[in-house]
Amino acid sequence: MIERTPLLNLATYAVMFIGALMVFFPLWLVYVGATLTVREINTPELHLVAGSHLVENIQAAWARGHLGGRLFNSLIMSLGVAFGKVVMSALTAFGLVYFRFPGRIVVFWLIFITLMLPLEVRIVPTYAVAANALWPFQSLMDASGLSAFINSVSGVQIALEWNLLNSYTGLILPLIATATGTFLYRQFFLTVPDELLEAARMDGAGPLRFLVEFLMPLSRANMAALFTIMFLYAWNQYLWPLLATPDRAGFGTTAVVELKLLAPTVSTNGGGTPDWNVAMAGCLIVMLPPLLLVAFMQRYFVRGLIATEK
Amino acid sequence: MAAITLKNVKKNYGSTRVVHGVDLEVDAGEFVVILGPSGCGKSTLLRMIAGLEAITEGEITIGNKVVNDLEPRERGCAMVFQNYALYPHMTVAENIGYALKVAGISKADRMARINAVADLLGLKEFLHRKPMQLSGGQRQRVAMGRAMIREPDVFLYDEPLSNLDARLRVAMRIEIRKLHQRLGTTSLFVTHDQVEAMTLADRIVVMNKGVIEQVGTPDDVYHRPASIYVAGFVGAPGLNLLQAKMDRAMGQISFNDGQTLSFDQSQCLHIPDGPVVFGFRAEQAQPVEQGGLGVTSNFQEALGPTRLLHGLVAGEEVVVSVSGDTEFQSDRAVRLMIPTKAMHFFDPVTGRRL
Repeated sequence: MIERTPLLNLATYAVMFIGALMVFFPLWLVYVGATLTVREINTPELHLVAGSHLVENIQAAWARGHLGGRLFNSLIMSLGVAFGKVVMSALTAFGLVYFRFPGRIVVFWLIFITLMLPLEVRIVPTYAVAANALWPFQSLMDASGLSAFINSVSGVQIALEWNLLNSYTGLILPLIATATGTFLYRQFFLTVPDELLEAARMDGAGPLRFLVEFLMPLSRANMAALFTIMFLYAWNQYLWPLLATPDRAGFGTTAVVELKLLAPTVSTNGGGTPDWNVAMAGCLIVMLPPLLLVAFMQRYFVRGLIATEK
Repeated sequence: MAAITLKNVKKNYGSTRVVHGVDLEVDAGEFVVILGPSGCGKSTLLRMIAGLEAITEGEITIGNKVVNDLEPRERGCAMVFQNYALYPHMTVAENIGYALKVAGISKADRMARINAVADLLGLKEFLHRKPMQLSGGQRQRVAMGRAMIREPDVFLYDEPLSNLDARLRVAMRIEIRKLHQRLGTTSLFVTHDQVEAMTLADRIVVMNKGVIEQVGTPDDVYHRPASIYVAGFVGAPGLNLLQAKMDRAMGQISFNDGQTLSFDQSQCLHIPDGPVVFGFRAEQAQPVEQGGLGVTSNFQEALGPTRLLHGLVAGEEVVVSVSGDTEFQSDRAVRLMIPTKAMHFFDPVTGRRL
């Protein structure tokens, strides 16, 4: 129901304005912080007006945080995760909606259950697998006595190892599976009329053709929405990159993790004046790519979440 | 062009039986309409022929080839769907040419054939539009074009006109019939609209509850309905049906309210004595001053050229159609003369025609 009375309109605008202010205010503080000098930012009063040292603070943050390389790492990881999630969830949902195979319902609920198992819950086993992706197979072979058997016959001790730490693969793969995306696609596929599939079948299209030439173009808006959400999700990851990239000097880490290292502590700062202005400048840089993405994708993003294209 | 043969075709969904053993032969080049109420299994039958539904039992042959286990694309059928099922993300040209694209035909050849079909259907100026930007009639035409371009052996129509408004439906009906005259492709057309069936069909298949009630020309189905069901379903209004008792020796039938009606014995020699269901068409009864069957008319509808009088005989509904310029008062007794030629008799137990 849509009601339009001046009083109600005023109230609505007031609520929206306060909401916008609450979201925008911290961002403004970050921006102002990034424009001050060390001395200015360490005075007790709250600064609400921007200073004039933005460029030098950004340069300092860029150099100290190796942000060039870190941003590149973040970009690769986020693109990989977002792209992987889109492809993976589209394929999964396609299988769930359009194929009648035994255990379909079980698979569906298994995927559903993973909603309750975010990365933070399964971080230890995930780390163990990332440290040696073949470890599950190794332990299976050990447990079944297969390795002992091979050892006794050929004298070769089997030790499988595939370390995914400090690699893009290791950063991306554990984050790719997504129940949310699968559901988004599933719901969309369920709204596609059956006749479309039937007409395509009459025209001779097989399952793969139907996926690529029908479902993909029809779900463009969903895809854009999912890609945006998942890009932000991956960009903002902290715990997993922190664990998966122990080799800070070689491979480095992601920009968000590096940000933590920019924040002044007693150990990094040697007891000097904490330079929050540089940390804020770093924040500003790291925030920029997702901000640009959202600004660019917003149109598709909203359409993908609220409307089904008919 | 290909003939279609159905041998004892059955379809069950779990324990629900939808089609109970259908035998049907469709000659090459014939236009056959499957007519029936919703839920009678007519669409299921069509979809089994198309290959969109599995066949539970029986055998379907298209052009001497058993197609039971063939994919839809291997059966040589093209289908026009009720809601057209146009591809929303493709232009009209892409919609029409999609089957050719899948078949791997080069773009130049494709365009030539798309243009030819678009010419035939008057879609030339819409080729670059999306289906969303078309009117109902134009969408219908695109759906036809999509089916035609493959030059299929068989056209299957699944109630393709039911989403159009009345005027457009009549126009498209004529176009479909003309198209069939020009192309001569074997066509199966499913509908619940008897006017569509009568005007389009070479032969009509009347279905009810998963079985075929009658197969015949439109004239057969209308003038010689094979069962009580067909008699009541075909025609608007349907055949008037009354419980009656046949007495051939006396040359008359008697109704439950004691009225009798006499007939020419020589034309009814095959009818057994005893209870029958007596039927007559609304327009074949003549109002007369004396004699005939007495009907108490309690309601009338003026349709313009004709006037429908609704009334009761022995508590059973009858409808009589009279010329539109005759004035009748409601709540008046009318007497009807029914010629023997216009009388129909059915077995009250089996429901079949006698």
